[in-house]
Amino acid sequence: MPALHLAQERYDGWLPPEALREVAEALDLTPAYCYGVASFYDMYHLEPIGRHEIAVCTNVSCALAGAQDVLAAFERELGVEAGGTTEDGEFSLSSFECLGGCGWATVVAVNWRYREHVSAEDVPGIVAELRSGGEAVADGA
Amino acid sequence: MAPSGLREVLLTHAGERDLTKRAEYEEVGGYRALRTALRTDPGELVETLLASGLRGRGGAGFPMGRKASFIPKPADTPNPIYLTVNADESEPGTFKDRELMLRIPHAVIEGIVITCHAIAAETAFVYLRGEYATEFDVMAAALAEAQEAGYVGNGIAGTDTNVTIVIHRGAGAYICGEETALLESLEGKRGQPRSKPPFPAISGVYASPTLINNVETIATVPTIVSVGGEEYAKLGVENSAGTRLFSLSGNVVKGGNYELELGTPLRELIYDLGGGIPNGRALKAVIPGGSSVPVLTADEVDTALDFDAMAEAGTMLGSGAVIVIDDRACMVQLGLRVAQFYMHESCGKCTPCREGTRWMVQILRKLEAGEAEQGELDLLLNVCDRILGNCLCPLGDAAAMPIASYVAKFREEYQRHIDEGGCPFGGESSLEGVVAPVDQHHAHLRGQIEVPIHA
Repeated sequence: MPALHLAQERYDGWLPPEALREVAEALDLTPAYCYGVASFYDMYHLEPIGRHEIAVCTNVSCALAGAQDVLAAFERELGVEAGGTTEDGEFSLSSFECLGGCGWATVVAVNWRYREHVSAEDVPGIVAELRSGGEAVADGA
Repeated sequence: MAPSGLREVLLTHAGERDLTKRAEYEEVGGYRALRTALRTDPGELVETLLASGLRGRGGAGFPMGRKASFIPKPADTPNPIYLTVNADESEPGTFKDRELMLRIPHAVIEGIVITCHAIAAETAFVYLRGEYATEFDVMAAALAEAQEAGYVGNGIAGTDTNVTIVIHRGAGAYICGEETALLESLEGKRGQPRSKPPFPAISGVYASPTLINNVETIATVPTIVSVGGEEYAKLGVENSAGTRLFSLSGNVVKGGNYELELGTPLRELIYDLGGGIPNGRALKAVIPGGSSVPVLTADEVDTALDFDAMAEAGTMLGSGAVIVIDDRACMVQLGLRVAQFYMHESCGKCTPCREGTRWMVQILRKLEAGEAEQGELDLLLNVCDRILGNCLCPLGDAAAMPIASYVAKFREEYQRHIDEGGCPFGGESSLEGVVAPVDQHHAHLRGQIEVPIHA
């Protein structure tokens, strides 16, 4: 798994077939085995992913606090549905399972750095900040 | 008298000092327990843990001392012995281990070294949830400091004890919090649970004896060594010794982690510490131990936060995650969201869980859409019943137990969805439009496997 994390970092945040082949070769495994492992875990991407990976928690605690509205605000602001990537390759948006910040809902992770107490009104600001090259740096993982 | 109020044992001093720094941690007595422990006979340490009454803080509540006592002695096994710390915190509603790692990482490290000494392990793995990037940074920095100071490594604190700690990052899979799935994942495989026996104590990681403990359990160990097992056991109530971090979330004014003595009434956590229900709403239900445990109704809010009291009330203390639900929430939508989570996270190995969670989601979706027929509530309960106890790991049970409890305790509301041909909340539920994740590996199937409730 560390090898897959590393490969993903090297290949712009996702695992194309050649990345899986490289990992397989380095560890003396088959590419199919590596694909099997990669496809099991949510954080390995088998398709290209945006530079800013936005995960909105929509599990119970966040949903009780209105995570649906936060997700909808991101969809509006970015013009993509949850599960999609913007055409310019800048943003990927996903509705995510519990991120572990339930007491400070809604939790949004941008490249796995958490923001808490996010409301729908905060969303345009977050997107603008990321667009202007804010703090987000892809850490690949 | 029942214990009551905040009782910061683990988090003592964490409010006024930056305990992520080794020097600060040492100033409040940190790493003293480690020195004591390393000069104590391992068998005696296990006795201390037994005497403390410490029960696992991950969810199952198994006594830690007993678990440690199952590990064979080095002379009785040809393989190395390992400690694995379960830091894959993913149970919905739970965020306590994260706070412990962010605020008292050295207590976790100190607990690891002491526990390693108690079971004669020289290598410990911390299986850290992949999403926890900041927690990884904090833990890695603390580990580097501890190594530099000679608390981790070879010949620790002038003794002949050697301990290496490896932080292993997961990659996003709830199931890896299950101990045998965690071991598979640690070995670089898909995180699918193993059948037991053999138990990890005999054949764990790399087929070697392995003790697996939750972060909070491990972080409590230095305190127990400092004060002594018997003294620690005085905290809390019978069968539930000590303090615990409760993660409070949902419809409550002040969500967050609260360290309480076990046995504190649930009401006190929600109303006195959490500030009650916001906006003048009424309490409808409480999930007392993470989304996989049966629900409590508003009438049961005086139940004490301890293992036995929760068992008597037909539920569990689980991971200590208290989710408060007010009267705006539709319980069918709640059930659907919870079922969707377990469907998404089912590893697919056992048929009852893999297929059963899908059945549950389908029936709940029909109920919410007003398309369910009379008798489908019993069908739903029947599906739950066929999952319970029929899988290798508890994930299937974790899906079936809460759903069955929602139907049992809110049967009238469920029935109204059938009788009235739709949701009686008419779009006004606080969970309206709740959307489960689209599995990123199957995004092209969107609309076929995952659709919003009111598509």
